[in-house]
Amino acid sequence: MRKAIEISGLSKSYGKLLALDNISLSLDKGELFGLIGPDGAGKSSLYRILATLSRPDKGSACVCGLDTVIDYGRIRTKIGYMPERFSLYQDLTVSENLQFFASLFRVSVYDNYDLIAPIFGQLERFPNRKAGALSGGMKQKLALSCALIHRPEILLLDEPTTGVDAVSRSEFWEILSCLKQQGITILVSTSYMDEATQCERVAMMDKGRILKTGTPQNLVAGLGENLYNATASDMFRLLSELRRLPEVVDCYTFGATLHVVGADGFDPKKTSGMLKSAGLSAVSIYPAEGNIEDLFIKLTLNERQ
Amino acid sequence: MINTRILKVLLSKEIALMKRNPIIPKIILIMPLMVMLVIPLVTNLDVKNVNVAVVDNDHSQLSCRIMSDMEHSVFITISSVSDSHKTALRNIENGKADVLLSIPLNYEKNLNDGNALIDVEANGVNAIKGMLGIRYVSQSVMETLAGWRQEAGITERLSEISVINRYNPTLNFRNYMIPALIVVLLIIICGFLPALNLVSEKESGTIEAMNVTPVSRLTFVLSKLIPFWIIALLVVTVGIIVGWLVYGLVPEGNIGAIYLATVLFSLVMSGLGVLIANQSSTMLQCIFVMFAFIMVFQLMSGLFTPISSMPQWAQYLTYAVPPRYFIEIMRAVYLKGATITELWLQYAALATFAASILSLAALTYKKQS
Repeated sequence: MRKAIEISGLSKSYGKLLALDNISLSLDKGELFGLIGPDGAGKSSLYRILATLSRPDKGSACVCGLDTVIDYGRIRTKIGYMPERFSLYQDLTVSENLQFFASLFRVSVYDNYDLIAPIFGQLERFPNRKAGALSGGMKQKLALSCALIHRPEILLLDEPTTGVDAVSRSEFWEILSCLKQQGITILVSTSYMDEATQCERVAMMDKGRILKTGTPQNLVAGLGENLYNATASDMFRLLSELRRLPEVVDCYTFGATLHVVGADGFDPKKTSGMLKSAGLSAVSIYPAEGNIEDLFIKLTLNERQ
Repeated sequence: MINTRILKVLLSKEIALMKRNPIIPKIILIMPLMVMLVIPLVTNLDVKNVNVAVVDNDHSQLSCRIMSDMEHSVFITISSVSDSHKTALRNIENGKADVLLSIPLNYEKNLNDGNALIDVEANGVNAIKGMLGIRYVSQSVMETLAGWRQEAGITERLSEISVINRYNPTLNFRNYMIPALIVVLLIIICGFLPALNLVSEKESGTIEAMNVTPVSRLTFVLSKLIPFWIIALLVVTVGIIVGWLVYGLVPEGNIGAIYLATVLFSLVMSGLGVLIANQSSTMLQCIFVMFAFIMVFQLMSGLFTPISSMPQWAQYLTYAVPPRYFIEIMRAVYLKGATITELWLQYAALATFAASILSLAALTYKKQS
């Protein structure tokens, strides 16, 4: 089966800054794929190349089997791209924006209305409101509707949930899984690690490189082996004490607790006893379950060393 | 490359956005009116009042008559009469007088002997005022002397020069400015507005969404320019009507010649706007570059100062300034009634500029980076 997106050996630099460093990635048709990484990891640069807005320095990218440099014209009718910044006309109304983008793709709003109905439904109540006057979540839905109006094969979403409230965010992910059922391939990027579990597969990106690719379950499997939660009454001192121990590989805050990555010989009982004798009270160290964020910290730690 | 259906969609979007813009439609309406109603009255090089400091050392009948004749002249006011040249010069220094007239001792007596000299000095800081001041004062003195001689029975044949000002009979500076002001309006409206419009799409990020659509870049750029071409024609029409109703100035030549030049010039200016917008990523960059061009265009196109009085090297440079040709056409058609065939060189120059700037603008507009 032809891949939806096939990227091989892609590099792009802006002046001295290497934004993408030899990226290779492939997406199956109908996949919901997540691109996870902090700001500045190179996610948007990759999107711009896939959306045919920017040319790679090295390597190639194929979208729907078409090369992004040679066949950019045909790709543009097959993809729906939602940039990180809200990019609809703020002074046009909700329905004008939708009409406008439909006409540019030479379709009528009603041709693919079934596809956008679940998303656009909430916006239908105020068709004459200007796009600029919508709330963040509503803007996002309008932008998604406009990106879907021509029924693209591939949906490229660049940080669609950034700056959107928690309720709208979870709603947005539900919409994405609905769209996936319609057979649309979705590449979505996010800097929220917790959203990774919503994807079928994820790639973790940092400093222009892909650190690891796989299903969220596979990625975190085996992470919990040497991972512990640690708490004490004085959390800050606990952190500095733990970091000083040779049997601790890494220690970082994780919500209300600390996550401790132990070396092979790490014994939680022995360590907590040691900390208590060092003057810390209410010390407790217990096994933790690893998640994507732990993996990310582990991978970037390897990079640093 | 150009899809008319999509162009229509883009144009109706542009018009909808322009209508909703709180400032632009008003500016387009108010600015031409303001410029046409106010600027011709204030950019006036006519000198209507010259203050004269008189040094009268003669105290004769003739010197009194010279002064009283001057007082009767509409353009001359005697601000002070003194005995010392020093005092009069101080009046020029502190701005109370523009011209100094000194009548020496025994002037009347010497005049009859035929070797009398009268001195006229002027403040040359404002060159035009100084020059005209001297002319007014010496003219007035000459008239007085002629009358004096006649009465004294001295018949002297004075050679007279008859002056007729062609094309602008009253030497009205307004008639010279009005055709050129229409050019200024077009420079601003056709150059600035499309450039800012394009850059604003870059700043708001909407250009990203546009660039991933199958809209061709030519169609997109045309949708930005066509509204301003129409506005340019409207502005010229408003300018012509105001010139006629308010100043009574009607083009001597064919109005079609004016509109043809307008169309060509709009192409040049809007092409330049797009060219600059392509190179700028923010409004600030765009405005600054545009401003540099507009400065040069206004000062080097012969708008205020005639090209023929520029240094030779600068005159060569003006050939590269497109509004130069438009201003020449406007003045020639408006004041002299020139025809397109007579001005073919100017029209050809504008057409060449339009073709080259527009193709450069189309080449540098990129959907990809």
